[in-house]
Amino acid sequence: MHRINLVKILTLLLLTVTISVNAQHNSQNEKKAENSHSKKDLKSEIKEYINHHLLDSHDFNLFSWTTDEGEHKYFGAPLPVILWDGGLKVFLSSKFHHGEAVAEVNGNYYKLYHNKIYKTDAKGTISLDEHQHPLNEKPLDFSITKNITFIFLVGLLMFLMFSRMAKSYKKNNLIPKGIGRLLEPIVLYIRDDIAIPNIGEKKYKKYMSYLLTVFFFVWIINLLGLTPLGVNVTNNIAVTLSLALVTYFLTTFTANKNYWKHVFWMPGVPWPMKIILAPIELLGTFIKPFSLMIRLYANITAGHIVLMSIIGLMFIFKNWIGSPLSFGLAFALSLLELLVAALQAYIFTMLSALYFGMAVEEHHDDH
Amino acid sequence: MDKLIEQFSLGLFFWQTVLFVGLVILLKKFAWKPILDAVNEREEGIKNALDEAENARKEMQNLTADNERILKEARAERDTLLKEAREMKESIISEAKGEAQLQANKVIEQAKATIEAEKQAAITDLKNQVAELSIEIAEKVVKRELSDKDKQEKLVEEMLKEVTIS
Repeated sequence: MHRINLVKILTLLLLTVTISVNAQHNSQNEKKAENSHSKKDLKSEIKEYINHHLLDSHDFNLFSWTTDEGEHKYFGAPLPVILWDGGLKVFLSSKFHHGEAVAEVNGNYYKLYHNKIYKTDAKGTISLDEHQHPLNEKPLDFSITKNITFIFLVGLLMFLMFSRMAKSYKKNNLIPKGIGRLLEPIVLYIRDDIAIPNIGEKKYKKYMSYLLTVFFFVWIINLLGLTPLGVNVTNNIAVTLSLALVTYFLTTFTANKNYWKHVFWMPGVPWPMKIILAPIELLGTFIKPFSLMIRLYANITAGHIVLMSIIGLMFIFKNWIGSPLSFGLAFALSLLELLVAALQAYIFTMLSALYFGMAVEEHHDDH
Repeated sequence: MDKLIEQFSLGLFFWQTVLFVGLVILLKKFAWKPILDAVNEREEGIKNALDEAENARKEMQNLTADNERILKEARAERDTLLKEAREMKESIISEAKGEAQLQANKVIEQAKATIEAEKQAAITDLKNQVAELSIEIAEKVVKRELSDKDKQEKLVEEMLKEVTIS
């Protein structure tokens, strides 16, 4: 019952997010058309800032400002750019000067346009089609971007935390000390309330490493995304796709005969139904991880858009009632986002465990 | 959807996959396995300790039951012993009583016999003594009577008279 409610709420959330993203997308295009040559007003500036925030970046910028002379100043560090364009090309992102300059490497010219790297001529011309999409060639981009730096940092943090916790067991005669005290209940919760009930006492062990890692990874990275550093990694579809694919491959490659039998030749139904069900079930195996990917992506993106929009409202109202109001709203929403951060990690782990459980379920005669 | 596909970054996908899979493998080796093993070991230890406590409790219960049984048996034995002793006492008393009665009867019988014999003896003795006394008295009387001639004659007469009568 509880889970059904949860699913309902999530579906609602998902729908709202899709609508709002679409709406934003459309209005953004209109705005762009309107303001293409005129001076940007505050609203579109905020909107652009939010969109920029949601995107990945080739620099690790903490903040930026505009000087009186109209020059953009940035505070942060450049990150390495790694391109595969008829050969490996590695250089620092400072060469782009935040998209203002053309980077030249071994006679090839590259330019940043909306945070994507395009191959250009020496002047850096970007030709656009009628949908405002650049026509220039895109080199294969394996750059260490802001998000990747953050993923790496979170991985490092997790490794330090949990290897320390593991050591404390050895030192203190099986009793956790320090950070282990905080983390052990969560680890046990994942084992006792997520893995064992969904996968089963006998087979949960081989999935524990993944479930624990994905839970803490998503949770920590979501939490850090709420800090003023504001690097929200899980609002990239590439990240959630990668996570969902791991779940998909683990499900597929560890599945037993019983699982495939249920997919391709559902027992206990007449044979014409079996033929109809097979493609549906097969599609279902893809839809499950797909829903994982979209759910995580959409929830975190929605949270960030709403949060930043409310913060942006402060600059639009600019009066004594609007600013405190939007501050209060943003504060309340931040608390909600803290919950969402943990909830999404929980749901991702829970559903992954559920799919693994389906894959390794033993044959029962009572269908 | 269009925007999503446009936003999709192959590099990010590649690095995320590599880093994440690496993280899973590293954590499995250095964290999850030791942590879960330690937790399992600890839980096993707790379970064993609980089992042992339960066993000890059961043993204690058995011991208490044993003790009670032994106590009960001892009590029963004591009761039978007491009962036997009482019975023995009673039988001894009754036996003694019978014996005493018998003995008393015998004594009484003997006493009676003795008394009878004594009585007879006394009677005989008395008779003898009376006879002697009578003879003495008779002698004395006779002596005194016969000292006077008249009187002797008179007596003989009297006696003769008597004899004729009888």
